[in-house]
Amino acid sequence: MTTTSHPSYLAPKRRRGSGLTTWADRHIKWLFTAPAIVFVALLIIFPIAYTVFLSFTDSASSVTRPFKFVGFENYATWLTDFERFWPAVGRTAYFTITALVIELVLGLAIALLLRKTFRGQSIVRVFILLPLVATPVAVGMMWLLIFEPSIGFANVLMKSLGLPAQLWLSGTDTALNTIVFIDVWQWTPMVILILLAGLSTLPEEPDEAARVDGANAWQRFRHITLPLLMPTLAAAAILRSIDAMKTFDIIYATKGRTGGSNNEAETLNMLAYNESFGNSQYGSAAALLMLFLMFIIIILTALTILRSKGHRA
Amino acid sequence: MIIRSRRNRRAALAAPLALALAAGLMACAGGGSSSSEKVTDLTLIAANSPWTEGLKTLATKYEDETGVKVNLEFYGNEQLNDTLKVKLNAQSSDFDIYGYQVQDVMREFSRNGWLADMTDYVKSDADWNWDDFQQSSRDAVTLDGVVYGVPVMTERHIMYYRSDLLEAAGIPVPTTLDELDAAAAKLNDPAKGFYGIAMRGSKVPLVTQFSSFLYSYGGDFQDKDGNASVDTPEAKDAYAFYGKLLKDYGPPGATNMGWPEASAIFAQGNAAFYLDADSQAYTFLDPASSAVVDTVAYGAFPAGPAGSHPYSIVPQTVGINEYSKKKDAAWEFIKWVTNEENSKTLLADDTVPSARDSSWADDAATASFPAGLVEIVRNSEGTVGHDRPQLEKVAQAREIVGAPAISAIEGGDVDSAADKANTDFQDLLDGEK
Repeated sequence: MTTTSHPSYLAPKRRRGSGLTTWADRHIKWLFTAPAIVFVALLIIFPIAYTVFLSFTDSASSVTRPFKFVGFENYATWLTDFERFWPAVGRTAYFTITALVIELVLGLAIALLLRKTFRGQSIVRVFILLPLVATPVAVGMMWLLIFEPSIGFANVLMKSLGLPAQLWLSGTDTALNTIVFIDVWQWTPMVILILLAGLSTLPEEPDEAARVDGANAWQRFRHITLPLLMPTLAAAAILRSIDAMKTFDIIYATKGRTGGSNNEAETLNMLAYNESFGNSQYGSAAALLMLFLMFIIIILTALTILRSKGHRA
Repeated sequence: MIIRSRRNRRAALAAPLALALAAGLMACAGGGSSSSEKVTDLTLIAANSPWTEGLKTLATKYEDETGVKVNLEFYGNEQLNDTLKVKLNAQSSDFDIYGYQVQDVMREFSRNGWLADMTDYVKSDADWNWDDFQQSSRDAVTLDGVVYGVPVMTERHIMYYRSDLLEAAGIPVPTTLDELDAAAAKLNDPAKGFYGIAMRGSKVPLVTQFSSFLYSYGGDFQDKDGNASVDTPEAKDAYAFYGKLLKDYGPPGATNMGWPEASAIFAQGNAAFYLDADSQAYTFLDPASSAVVDTVAYGAFPAGPAGSHPYSIVPQTVGINEYSKKKDAAWEFIKWVTNEENSKTLLADDTVPSARDSSWADDAATASFPAGLVEIVRNSEGTVGHDRPQLEKVAQAREIVGAPAISAIEGGDVDSAADKANTDFQDLLDGEK
């Protein structure tokens, strides 16, 4: 035992009577986690709770103006809106699935190519990663210029190859696909990066064993590399699909607030932005965002169930 | 159930927030300034424009003269609106003065209580002379007898054209819309990548530029009772004409073009005509971005069946944030920056089209303005003071009344599109009653 005198609050025996200290001692785990809990509450729970609250009101123009509770009216209005809402759902799904499939296939192919060491590998890797570090709005502006139908570079190239000029981003039918292309250009590098990391952790023995047994390159890829890489591929798919679903910046930069003159590139995120910041209909916009959130949760739950079933099989 | 005040909720939230942040952030919490304190700085936020360019110099001058520092924050138009909505919904007092587009937001913002009443301010100083501002500009910033801002820029719809091409082809400068149609048809040469005309073709941005066509055909977005009137024969003809110009003589992809895209086509020397606001003249006079510096010329808006009725509006206004704690100081700065002398300086140095009559009467101040343009500005006969539907939900209305023009550009059924637009627009108007 030491003989130095401790300050009273470090004394081993608890003194009764000092209310605050006793309370703090008893609830020490809450006290220490309090900052984190407050932080989470403020930054995550409050915004979501407030959005849920708003979605049941007709709040518009300013949240300080008087508003009424309207129950599920906002939700009903959206779910029966076949002019803007359902086409936007369709576009969001189309955009996400198309971009995701192309990015995964392309990403896997390039990752397999980059897996082997070769001269200048680091330079090639840096080049491939460049789109990833560019600001999405700047990327949107750049492609807008390239795809300008009369003075842009894309059509100059098309003409020099003897191909007909295209409307690209300006065309009602071509705009969404062009934006998928931009998304693929920007985000395939991320898929490559994830898959390369996954590939580098794969054991070499199964591959060598198959080689000894006379399996050709395709057989080794199809039956050994791909199954081993599946968890990584699934992770990349989930990350990219969430990102693709909520794509906003490149669409806004290339097609403006309404997603084009015929709303041809209006996804759910764009529609919600227009409803809140353009039209100041906060109640209705909140309901739309809640529906969007529910869609995402349903899809992710379905994906997770599929994954766990796949693991068991 | 109606919730009248959200203050209680705010207070309930504020308590735990204050507790949690007290220790760390005490130092950052600036004391609330009372009105008796001497103001040493102001914050102004606005959308980029020739006016904000000129403001950079003037703000420094103001600080030298008075010791009050004016912090400037500039945004793009849409970004400014987003920023204002976020900050004002939160009743923010971290800015004192803001620029805004009267016709887009004045109704909504004033009803939200976001704009300070400036009626007494503008009438408080006879030397500053509120009456020197053009009547139409003063009307524009007044709603139900209350003044909500001071106009700092004016803007008219004009016709930009290539004088060299018209001369070479022996075409006189069009004075009617029919002549414009004929001239655009003659000069149009899409095989060579050259187009008769460039204008806005994107649904929402085009509404303001379509307005002058609508008025010159004898129509308007709303009739004198404020009801929707975009299904009248005049309106349908105007839609069809606007669409035909872009469909037959416009660049490909016109429906994706706001003014930056359309003006770029003209600036690159790829179009014979460009109809848009006169405040863009400077973009064609900058050799760095324009190939038509020496060949661009300016004409009055051509006359339609009902005459020439271009819009003449106030694109930039400065108002005071209702939540600001420095309203008097904010007014002092607004008064200074919009006085006769500074309005002339802005016109002369930064080609800011002033809202003051005295600026335009001064030949020295207008000398910087392109020749040909000053005459158009001075002649305000027949102009219309609005360029979009007049209601609170302007953004929704613009989407609705812009749609028939898209049908026209794409060669669709304009009549039924206009009928549908009218019904939707009327529903929107009824919802505000």
